[in-house]
Amino acid sequence: MTTRVSPSELILRTPAIGPAIALVVAVIVFGLTTDTFLNVDNLSLVVQQSLVIGTLALGQTLVILTAGIDLANASIAVFATLLMAKLAMTGTSGPLALVIGILAAGAIGCVTGGLVTGLRLPPFIVTLGLLTIVTAVSRIYAQGQSFPVTNEVLGWLGTTQYLFGQIEVTYGMAVMLAMYLGFWYALSRTAWGKHVYAVGNDPEAARLSGIHVRRTTLSVYLVAGLVYGIAAWQALGRVPNADPNAFQLGNLDSITAVVIGGTSLFGGRGSVLGTLVGALIVAVLRSGLTQAGIDNLYQDVATGVLVIAAVAVDRFSRGRQR
Amino acid sequence: MGRRGPALLAVLAVAALAVGCTSTKSGSDQSTGDGKTKIGLVTKTDSNPYFVALREAAKAEAGKKGAELVALAGKFDGDNDGQVSAIENLVSQGAKTILVTPNNSTGILGAIKKARDKGVLVIALDTETDPQNAVDATIATDNTEAGRLQGTYVKAALNGQPARSILLDGTPGSTVSEQRHAGYVEAVQPENLGTEATNGEQNKAQQATENLLQRTTALNSVYTINEPAARGAYEAIKAKGLADKVVIGSIDGSCDGVKAVKNGEIAVTVMQFPKKMAEQGVDFAVEFAKSGKKPSGFIKTDTAVITDKPIAGVDSKDTAWGLENCWG
Amino acid sequence: MSPVLEARGLVKRYGRVIAMDGADFELEAGEVLAVVGDNGAGKSTLIKSLSGAVIPDAGEIYVDGNPVRFHGPLDARRYGIETVYQDLALAPALDIATNLFLGRERKRQDPLGTLFRRLDTKSMRRDARRVLDELGIDVKSMTQLVETLSGGQRQAVAVARAAAFGSKVVIMDEPTAALGVQESAKVLELIARIRDRGLPVVLISHNMPHVFEIADRVHVHRLGRRVAVVSPKTHSMNAVVGLLTGALRMAEDGSIEEVGLTTGLSR
Repeated sequence: MTTRVSPSELILRTPAIGPAIALVVAVIVFGLTTDTFLNVDNLSLVVQQSLVIGTLALGQTLVILTAGIDLANASIAVFATLLMAKLAMTGTSGPLALVIGILAAGAIGCVTGGLVTGLRLPPFIVTLGLLTIVTAVSRIYAQGQSFPVTNEVLGWLGTTQYLFGQIEVTYGMAVMLAMYLGFWYALSRTAWGKHVYAVGNDPEAARLSGIHVRRTTLSVYLVAGLVYGIAAWQALGRVPNADPNAFQLGNLDSITAVVIGGTSLFGGRGSVLGTLVGALIVAVLRSGLTQAGIDNLYQDVATGVLVIAAVAVDRFSRGRQR
Repeated sequence: MGRRGPALLAVLAVAALAVGCTSTKSGSDQSTGDGKTKIGLVTKTDSNPYFVALREAAKAEAGKKGAELVALAGKFDGDNDGQVSAIENLVSQGAKTILVTPNNSTGILGAIKKARDKGVLVIALDTETDPQNAVDATIATDNTEAGRLQGTYVKAALNGQPARSILLDGTPGSTVSEQRHAGYVEAVQPENLGTEATNGEQNKAQQATENLLQRTTALNSVYTINEPAARGAYEAIKAKGLADKVVIGSIDGSCDGVKAVKNGEIAVTVMQFPKKMAEQGVDFAVEFAKSGKKPSGFIKTDTAVITDKPIAGVDSKDTAWGLENCWG
Repeated sequence: MSPVLEARGLVKRYGRVIAMDGADFELEAGEVLAVVGDNGAGKSTLIKSLSGAVIPDAGEIYVDGNPVRFHGPLDARRYGIETVYQDLALAPALDIATNLFLGRERKRQDPLGTLFRRLDTKSMRRDARRVLDELGIDVKSMTQLVETLSGGQRQAVAVARAAAFGSKVVIMDEPTAALGVQESAKVLELIARIRDRGLPVVLISHNMPHVFEIADRVHVHRLGRRVAVVSPKTHSMNAVVGLLTGALRMAEDGSIEEVGLTTGLSR
């Protein structure tokens, strides 16, 4: 059975289309049911609220595409914020503290990748263990305190500018957009990207095709680690305070964004743009439901329903295709 | 995602949203021209019974006064980021007043400032910000005093013996935890046989106590930050057969906690009045919306020592009274 | 003229199991050589040694008469030896063109390609189309995901990939095993077309009728070594089956004789 390939189907084959439609629908619905949601200020705010989880989810997408998963991503970012804050407090220059923090996150990513590729341990187990270790190290390092960050460079992503005098944007928004576009390009237009998908979809086929499976997987975890370091920078831009207790559910939140965005947890299928939409949907839901006067507990129900719906719809439509 | 996929997802999204939008809202419809004051409440979490009591009382009072209250919370104890987003969203929505129990007393400052700059009244409930004057007003128990009261009773109950205590704290870095601990230490001057953080959870407290008991069983008193921790400590101490040799003190005044005092598991607890905090906060919000008058400073809500074994020199109420006035 | 691909005395042990016990092999130019043998005879291991997926413990391999040593699948590919594995080695969630060029993607010639590593997707799709057309494979679009193809179409794509990149030899491991009658016929046609374009083919197969339809010579493998090489024109299917089960053996002079039944000893 061959399928007709029409232009409309070509569009439909982009996994991000479904979530994108849901996002637009959500924005419209909230715009109609509240009078504050569609304010430009508010929309800008929604994007700002998605910056940290959105960046964590970007790294998570890469890992999930290789049929892995990363439960430690938020804890790595939190550790990086503490490292950056404490270094800056004790006299290290802002840019240097920033770079060290990001590299440290990348190094932890390397460790993850090494354990997964070298010792062939399942990513779930490896990152579960690292989550515990990194969280504990952060707590010990912070001694129960949180650290205010006054350094300009570390807080730079929170700087606001006004587009056309009206629309509030932060550098953080621009950086996240640039990162998503950059990774979209790398995943869809370069050989490395194809290799990542192949490794996630069928590692044996990849190996037999001459792809260095272990090298590719390791590179994914390393890059993801660096991305988590940038998520740390985003976090400091949002709230200039490094807190060991922060983002305890960030790992699950990032996975939620990835799943809603249409990427398959089995690997080999999905797109980072879908994740961006997923992260925005979560932020839109929180903001919109709050403004519609709905309590937290019901908001959580809505998010949970959406995750299950996203996975179910994906399975259903995929099942129909074969 | 397939041909059917996007359409289905869109339909489901609309369905979920429609359900959400028509489900229970906090006591009023949300169109503009009905003149109801919007109040936002942001608690630390929405599962801790203390904050449930706070929330229920706030909603009831808001209902009585004809105001609309939206209750949000952090996702976990310590979630600053979630509270920041909650405050931002409430401000966007047009809330006139925000009542907040901050998870992180410094991390929340940025969001509070942005809100106040827009003319929103911000009141801290139960937990102070650091600095305290970052909010318009604070309504809280004097936590240091609460710790002192616990300590004063415990010391008196020891009848002249030198106090040898283990201390069970809450979440590391929490001002509430630090203040209560400091108050107790000030009043008792104990020999410290061990301090552990328990996040205020019964299981963690039980484990922590078991671990401390491994080191020494020479204790005669236990300071706990709240009643779940106290109950956890009691289980561990009972298991070691030390229950009648150890005086356990606590703070909070939940109905479960008062029952524990009645059952003799805990010797004393210092009751807090979260309902009063919430009601007071809502009243201020309503007043602010009406006349623009803002409250200021630190407004203390009461504490009451609850015990069935009163000791001379320490003002206390019995558990019958406690059960009538408890929360949760 | 030396054989295109040759092996002498290959040995491979996996623990106590001897997969290859001094195996020999020759592939002449322009032929389809079928390798047949019972399960466990060691055909797969032999083929994997020739394609670089397995490294033999002893023995030599020659390409065009020159000794070579393969350290991995990539090495064999560099010599122009392409393999179609039994499970095809295609990534189902990726499209045909991507699969065809998997592991050897082409970058654009412009700065976008040199600086930003942009793939030349258009030319790869074009070439994929051309290869499939030349081999007479009917598929609607190069951007179709492999998982939307039928079993026969997938086999054809895998074969086309080997044919497109193979410059010396194409090896195929059980290409018709999972296919129905019509699809098998198409694959056999494909194999013939490849041979006719000048590329010799090594074909492992269980399917005697298919072997006898397409092969120029038949290499019989048994117990880790080659026991006979015969031509389908001069020997019958029964003879070949007998050789591979050990009921028959090939004498020094090339004639077939029965093996004694009572003791099973071949002397």
